[in-house]
Amino acid sequence: MKKIGLLFIACAVVFSSFSQEKHESNKDKKLPVVQLKTMTGELVNTSELTANGPVIISFWATWCAPCKRELNTISDVYDDWKDEFGVTLVAVSIDDEKTKGQVPTYVNGRAWDYLVVMDPNSDFKRAMGVNNVPHTFLVDKDGVIVYSHNNYTPGDEDLLYQELVKLKQK
Amino acid sequence: MRKLSIICSLLLLSTTTYSQLERGNFTGNLETTFQYLNKDSLIGATQPPSKALLNSYMNVYYTHGNFRGGLRFESYLPRIQGYPTNFQGTGLGMRYVGYANHFIDATVGNFYEQFGAGLTLRAYEDRALGYDNMLDGVRVKLMPFRGIVVKGVYGLQRLGFNGGITHSSGVVRGGDAEFNLSQIFPKIAEKEVDFMIGGSFVSKFQEDNDDLLILPQNVATYGGRMALNYKGFTLNGEYVVKGQDPSQDNGFIYNPGFATVINAGYSRKGLGILFSAKSVDNMSFRSDRTKVLQVGLINYLPALNKTHTYNLVASLYPYATQPTGEVAFQGDIVYTIPKGSKIGGKYGTTISLNASTAFRPKRTPNLNYPGDSTGVAYSTSPFRMSDSLYWLDINASIYRKFTKNFSASLSYFHLALNNNVAAVTKQPGVIRSNTFVFEFLYKFKKQSSLRAELQVMLVNRIDSLNNRVPFNTKGAKPTDHGDWATLMVEYAINSHWMINVMDQYNFGNPKKSSRAHHPYITVAYVTGPTRVSVGYGRQRAGMFCVGGVCRYVPASNGLTLSVTHSF
Repeated sequence: MKKIGLLFIACAVVFSSFSQEKHESNKDKKLPVVQLKTMTGELVNTSELTANGPVIISFWATWCAPCKRELNTISDVYDDWKDEFGVTLVAVSIDDEKTKGQVPTYVNGRAWDYLVVMDPNSDFKRAMGVNNVPHTFLVDKDGVIVYSHNNYTPGDEDLLYQELVKLKQK
Repeated sequence: MRKLSIICSLLLLSTTTYSQLERGNFTGNLETTFQYLNKDSLIGATQPPSKALLNSYMNVYYTHGNFRGGLRFESYLPRIQGYPTNFQGTGLGMRYVGYANHFIDATVGNFYEQFGAGLTLRAYEDRALGYDNMLDGVRVKLMPFRGIVVKGVYGLQRLGFNGGITHSSGVVRGGDAEFNLSQIFPKIAEKEVDFMIGGSFVSKFQEDNDDLLILPQNVATYGGRMALNYKGFTLNGEYVVKGQDPSQDNGFIYNPGFATVINAGYSRKGLGILFSAKSVDNMSFRSDRTKVLQVGLINYLPALNKTHTYNLVASLYPYATQPTGEVAFQGDIVYTIPKGSKIGGKYGTTISLNASTAFRPKRTPNLNYPGDSTGVAYSTSPFRMSDSLYWLDINASIYRKFTKNFSASLSYFHLALNNNVAAVTKQPGVIRSNTFVFEFLYKFKKQSSLRAELQVMLVNRIDSLNNRVPFNTKGAKPTDHGDWATLMVEYAINSHWMINVMDQYNFGNPKKSSRAHHPYITVAYVTGPTRVSVGYGRQRAGMFCVGGVCRYVPASNGLTLSVTHSF
């Protein structure tokens, strides 16, 4: 038992020193590579998402009320954002098999124009370090995560807008 | 011990060797929940002997080029109220290393995985629910061609946590292949058709240590699936069967099992329609045949009903999936009346309708059971159903955005739950309820808003013999705990601070002295990916469900402090 403890400490020390050194040199957090599917079953690799410019990645579920509030709000201004920033929104549904079938029903029922991808076993959610939904990320065209926000209250979309402005000015 | 040092050295090796060439990437998240609980005899809340409780975990993932590794530390000191009893102590709860390129993806250690809809295998976690049945062993994924994915898994299942991972006594192994024909043959895609076929096979091995019965040591489940999309139409389904698997769940019968789920839908901008059907019999599949509840499940049988968000309908009488058998149906429609139209208004109006139901399968008993040597108790076939109702849910909701700053919705739910089968309380028979919810949201100015919900749930009336009687019958009393109302007001002060005040009032409890208010206040602070919240007050007992898997959380009174962060 003692040995295990020692090993962990050693492991942690080396690990943390390494991470510090790395983070000082570059604070960038890159988009992890995960294989996902669209609503129609087409395979999508997360590394392909930023091919056409920056992306907003928003984790949601059909049973998550604030998530739907956020995405419905952005939906109203999405066309403007696309024109202004060339940004795409990827709505990552973490609905599992129980409610997965309701995703296209809701997405089209609410006339969303987003790229919707399915994460039924939360592989992408885990890789992105998401605790709970809604959680929204802004990723630049090089795949670097420049902004992330947990939770949604009305008006948070303005913060995201400001981040888009900042990104454009870079 | 040896395993551990290997993992550590592998992690270090992968990091140090490459650190000079290229930087690696650390990500992860943490969550800590602390509770201090008081005794509150009115609502039946007890104080745990330790008074204070703590759940905590932190995930650290590392990727570097093609390599990756991950760790999770978990603590339950002791676990928070209502969390499963097989979570205790503090220590390492997950560790893995992996390598992936365009052709192969290999993981050694812990991994999560799902084959198809999960009917044969689903290793997943839900930390809020206290569910984690990940596998510990090896997984290899091959992608020989765009549109083809072949997977193989072999490992021991995580059964619980006791200062470290506790393993199930059975071994789980399986394979899965999926072919997306429209990606393999671009000619199909040109015709706007998406077509996928797949199949999976999963087997478990557990020693027969029973003195009386001859138990199958190897039990297999296998099946096929397909999905077809054409323009707005979608059709998908999966069918799996299982060999003889006598277990605690099925009362040690030697019946085979089956499960099938079929979805058909149509959607276009502004309209979505879905119809689903499911038939399951004797399909509980565990790595340890003696386990019950949420422990040791290899497969996942989704409940076929909407996951509700309003707390009264979500947590008082929810339906959990019945692995031993059910026939279920669901219909779901979402329609948005176009913006700018006369009825739709300037911002559009959305109508949602949903209905789901589940019945007991119809079974022909084997009259010789248990006298004959087969051990088969009955026979049945897919979609053969009896008229014994397990569940009924009819709900409708209308949402309208009136102005730029004001929106409101009105919802209705009719639920009927067979409490003899999917029991959530002690009340026998079917519990019916009608719930009405009004919600509005008003946005003041930038990042400041007010949201409120009013919910009223009225349950059916019963006479002294527990028979259902009309609402206005003389001498009738409300079933179970009676009627409830919830009032919730949420005020977002700015983009960081939020206050939520809620009262759940059991105004129609048949026992007058139990008509308790359950006030609860939450203050939360959010900045970027970090959320800190403090909650204080009474919380009623209820079922906490995620994905059709439910856990009973007893009533409590006290303080809950929670921190989440992702990095």
